[in-house]
Amino acid sequence: MNRNATHHIPDEIIEAYASGLLPHAFSVVVAAHVSLCDKCRATAEACEAVGGVALDHIDGEAPAQDLRARTLSMLDDLPDADQTHARLPRNLPITAPQPARRGIFPGAVAAELGDDGPRWKSLGAGIRQQILTSGPDGTVRLLYIPAGKAVPDHGHGGLEMTLVLQGSFSDHTGHFAKGDVQVVEDDLEHTPIADDGPACICLAATDAPLRFNAMIPRLLQRVFRI
Amino acid sequence: MTSDPTATEFSLPTQWLIAVRNRRDREAFGHLFDYFAPRLTAMMLRSGMSRAIADDVVQDVLLTAWTKAAQFDPARAQASTWIYRIARNRQIDILRRERRPVPDALDTGEEHTEQDAHQALALDQESAQLRAALAALSPDQRDVIEKAYLGDLTHTEIRQRTGLPLGTIKSRIRLGLERLRHELKEIR
Ligand SMILES: [Zn+2]
Repeated sequence: MNRNATHHIPDEIIEAYASGLLPHAFSVVVAAHVSLCDKCRATAEACEAVGGVALDHIDGEAPAQDLRARTLSMLDDLPDADQTHARLPRNLPITAPQPARRGIFPGAVAAELGDDGPRWKSLGAGIRQQILTSGPDGTVRLLYIPAGKAVPDHGHGGLEMTLVLQGSFSDHTGHFAKGDVQVVEDDLEHTPIADDGPACICLAATDAPLRFNAMIPRLLQRVFRI
Repeated sequence: MTSDPTATEFSLPTQWLIAVRNRRDREAFGHLFDYFAPRLTAMMLRSGMSRAIADDVVQDVLLTAWTKAAQFDPARAQASTWIYRIARNRQIDILRRERRPVPDALDTGEEHTEQDAHQALALDQESAQLRAALAALSPDQRDVIEKAYLGDLTHTEIRQRTGLPLGTIKSRIRLGLERLRHELKEIR
């Protein structure tokens, strides 16, 4: 696997991810890129070292008196595998462990897709998308762009991060291959075009609704939630 | 640890976690509990959890550390860093009520060589410098970092930069990753 992406995520966004402050939609892209990029993994782990030092520094608070005995007594019952959460106490809102990577999709993306995705919706001209999650803090989607096709020209009002999972695309800012992330802010107008070869599949997070300027009328924008 | 000549130079929590990883050492796990449970409790209470939930999360984090200890790689993380990651993931799962996206785990090499130990020791020293850098900050600056890394996520600046010098520790972790990749290639 190519672990030498040439377009990376800015350090301050990785730090926002590592500390926990980055909204969910962008966190999916960071986790997916870090799965493919050792340079950014090292940055994320270095940031977590800051978290570790902060944890060392914090003034402790006594846990429940019997917690130590209860915890040690549970060691015998634990499975060796990653099933800890399945046996956990009382009322925690438990989430199952994140699934493993599936094909071109890192675990963080597979988790959003569920078992049987992607379920593409056509945007016309052979271009497809599936919205993974959408909320007030941002939207993350998969895009499928056949070779030679352009993602319709759009401007945006905020931050956009696009990770290539298959194929590649180019625009006036550069060439983006598998594992690369394009980070675009504010009002940059750009027209990514999928390169020759297999269709380009991208994971794209935005914190403001994309406004397509051409090709797709406003009504359709609402239908497709672009 | 006796098989590893440099191991006693590690910070104590890292020594304990290595003992749990290598020997399922319960006494060492008890030390980890005594060191981390009060800190993790404080971290969870800071984010507004009730005491009962905080107790459950602390137990969950430490039991997860026990079951996943095989994944602990002291060439890339100190014990505090590794446990912080587990704790922050759980805390965010609970605060946001959705699973936090995390990077795919790396396969860890089976053998822990002497060169790994040197790399791990160097990382330990980088971490000590980071600790000193944090201690040297003004209370206000330190507060910003603690809020960002341990707090309740209400501060939602997309670009977060705490300004700590991370360059050397980053290169050190990168070396650990390269070494791991190399080992995995040789195993296959
Ligand atoms: Zn990267």
